[in-house]
Amino acid sequence: MSRLLVSILVALLASVPLWLTDFYYLHVLIVTGIFIVAAMSLNLLLGYTGQLSLGHVAFFGIGAYTSALVSLGFEVHILPDVTVGMAPKPVWFAMLCATAVAGLTGYAIGKLSFRVRGAYFVIVSISFAEVVRLVALNWVELTQGPMALNNIPALTLGFDGFELSFLRKPAFYLLVLTMLVVCYVIIARLVNSRAGRAMIALRENESLAMSVGIDVTRYLVVATVVSAAMAGMAGALYTHYIRIVDPDIFLFIYTVTMVIMVVTGGKGTLAGPIVGGVIFGIVPEVLRGMEIRPEVQWIAYGVLMVLVVYFLPRGIVPAIESYMSSRRRAPKGEAVAVAPEAPQQ
Amino acid sequence: MSAQPETVLSIDQVAVHFGGLVAISDMTFAVRSGEIVGLIGPNGAGKTTAFNVVTGFLKPTSGEVRYRSNPLNGLKPHEIAKLGLVRTFQRTSVFQERNVFQNVLTGLHGRGRSSLWDTLLGTPREKSSERELKDEANEILRFVGLEQRAHEPAGTLPYGEQRLIGVALALAAKPSMLLLDEPVSGMNPSETARFVKLVEKIRESGVTILLVEHDMPMVMKVCDRIVVLNYGRIIA
Repeated sequence: MSRLLVSILVALLASVPLWLTDFYYLHVLIVTGIFIVAAMSLNLLLGYTGQLSLGHVAFFGIGAYTSALVSLGFEVHILPDVTVGMAPKPVWFAMLCATAVAGLTGYAIGKLSFRVRGAYFVIVSISFAEVVRLVALNWVELTQGPMALNNIPALTLGFDGFELSFLRKPAFYLLVLTMLVVCYVIIARLVNSRAGRAMIALRENESLAMSVGIDVTRYLVVATVVSAAMAGMAGALYTHYIRIVDPDIFLFIYTVTMVIMVVTGGKGTLAGPIVGGVIFGIVPEVLRGMEIRPEVQWIAYGVLMVLVVYFLPRGIVPAIESYMSSRRRAPKGEAVAVAPEAPQQ
Repeated sequence: MSAQPETVLSIDQVAVHFGGLVAISDMTFAVRSGEIVGLIGPNGAGKTTAFNVVTGFLKPTSGEVRYRSNPLNGLKPHEIAKLGLVRTFQRTSVFQERNVFQNVLTGLHGRGRSSLWDTLLGTPREKSSERELKDEANEILRFVGLEQRAHEPAGTLPYGEQRLIGVALALAAKPSMLLLDEPVSGMNPSETARFVKLVEKIRESGVTILLVEHDMPMVMKVCDRIVVLNYGRIIA
């Protein structure tokens, strides 16, 4: 039943380029889609293992830079006479590299911070993102620093004679949608499995999880790697879409945007980041379209966010779920168990 | 029972100091296979500390703990659990936001056979492993008598039943020895009576039990032997 619903929804989304002819709207959808992928990856960490990674944009940015550099080629002088370089590689290969490099970085971070939880994990992740931003800003030979890497090629897939280009927006939109579905399936499989239960056990009660034989550190590392790799892939998509990348990609505001999407949508739910992402990706554009003053737009955005968090502290999706289940149970004459909306400690 | 069953758990001259505070000064005792041993003593005597040492949550300042001739010093809690030594907790004993069934399923973690790749690719092994785990979870729920509650969030159940979930979780990890930390605190007399029956049923299934408890009638009823701890020393 719900699988059918999801297929219909995906089919509907896939048909968008057929009837939405305004490329500006398509652009909004593409960028929103990329951010939803990033938010979904953050949700794996924040929602399921309970660890808030406030440096999540670092993985996104590392993916973006890796993909850009591999596709453009680079050459750096490590020592006065030692140079390391790489000739330009095809974009699909660059995107795979981006995913792998971000995943490896996630592995390192997961291992480094294997003993730190909660507030300390937050601090480690913020520091990490800041360090990466400074590297991107100052290692001019590699990253061009604030001058940005530009002329990044768009993705083309092809064999001899036949070529598929993702330069145009409708094609790129479909690519983003495909990636979104793939990431969704990976996360859904993961969290509904033995590994996912171990991650949730870490979130709910770490000592209890250890006491039944769960190696919590291992699953925290697994979650970090998958999450980082996905964020890196999203970053690569972004790079080859915008086709310019500068150190501003590491701005803290992007992490905050992802956190807002996850928290308002409902952390720890599969649909949460998508719902949150759609609302907070598209609302600013709708407000802009209403021709009101910019400061009023941002106030409206803020008010909406505060209202969601205030009235639905667990997020939109859990609120809908508990409403539905209370509707379903009520007619049986059973006492309706009101899900406690108590804030988590 | 044979005359002298083998010793499964031996605690040898264990001491635990927190800075200058001596929680356990010199503790030595052993538990033999198939026994139910009660560890009693006043509040602050170091009973829970003893549990924490045995299950790897705390490192002893000196002394040694062995389980089936494996030294446990330096092992992590999850490694000790895999050796078959599983504990329950005094207070937070459940995964609050998950339902009872999912709680037990989480406890069965060590018995899943599927790897991460099986999970990501959705292989047949993943599916069969999950099916087995679910059957086993149902069986454990029937064993402790919680099958009616399977789909309720663990955190919303009465306290007595939450303690049962704690035991179910521990059983799911397939222990050969179970350490129960004040399992009947907060239970009413009829719940306690039912719990005593459960403890005996667990022993019959071949599990050795060490329990910490304040409810003396309950301790006298179920335990074969009692160890008394006071001011960090064994006094009886």
